[in-house]
Amino acid sequence: MERKTKIQAEEGQQDLTIIRTFDLPLELLFKAYTDPELLSQWMGTKVLKLDNKVHGAYQFETTDPQGNIVFRANGCIHEFVPEQRITRTFKMENTPFEVQLEFLEFEKVTDDTSKLSMHIVYRSIALRDQQLALPFAQGINMAHNRLQHILNPLK
Amino acid sequence: MNLRRDVFQAIADPTRRAILLLVASQSMTAGAIAANFDTARPTVSKHLQILTECALLQQEQNGREIYYHLNAKNMKDIADFIEPFRNMWDDRFNKLETVMKNYQAKK
Repeated sequence: MERKTKIQAEEGQQDLTIIRTFDLPLELLFKAYTDPELLSQWMGTKVLKLDNKVHGAYQFETTDPQGNIVFRANGCIHEFVPEQRITRTFKMENTPFEVQLEFLEFEKVTDDTSKLSMHIVYRSIALRDQQLALPFAQGINMAHNRLQHILNPLK
Repeated sequence: MNLRRDVFQAIADPTRRAILLLVASQSMTAGAIAANFDTARPTVSKHLQILTECALLQQEQNGREIYYHLNAKNMKDIADFIEPFRNMWDDRFNKLETVMKNYQAKK
């Protein structure tokens, strides 16, 4: 599938921007962020709380089949302008990662397409680079586990 | 390419992969890294040396301590690091698009 998501991350900066064009009308793109049931479906996480308004807050939680919490995140909503903008904080609970500030901007492109730009500001350059590197490090681990899986029977 | 062989050599060892995962979340001293393993300290030092030589880890002097962090300094490396991050978001947003198209179809 074509990769439609773009990442802008300058060297030595503590922020990054994720830009994506959707084959969806703006109204539906925005609804994906405000309807707890739909949000839960595409994020693959339980939505414990979603109070989308100024001074509102949200909390997500994912559990494994045994019921252990494997991911939990929360944040506060600072700005909420329907079909235009959500400004919020994001904090992954029980991790060394510090809170980050997210500016989500929703834009109509055509009647059937829309654009999301997500500007994320981290506390430091190092924290941003760690977030960028995390899927890379996990990828190394997974790739190697697969390799081991293939190679082990050959021993 | 020489670099490629080196990187494969670097990640061929489970301890070295575990070290990469550790420093992906925060930069750490050799002592702090070694504390996570049963392996003897000189063995961990050897792993750190290999990872540093392969440019996967970078050393940073902070006072008397040397901290190790994932090498994301040079632009080429940043581009390599970004790809899995971008794929993660791309997958997530593809899912969003699918969920919302199904929702639209049902309306």
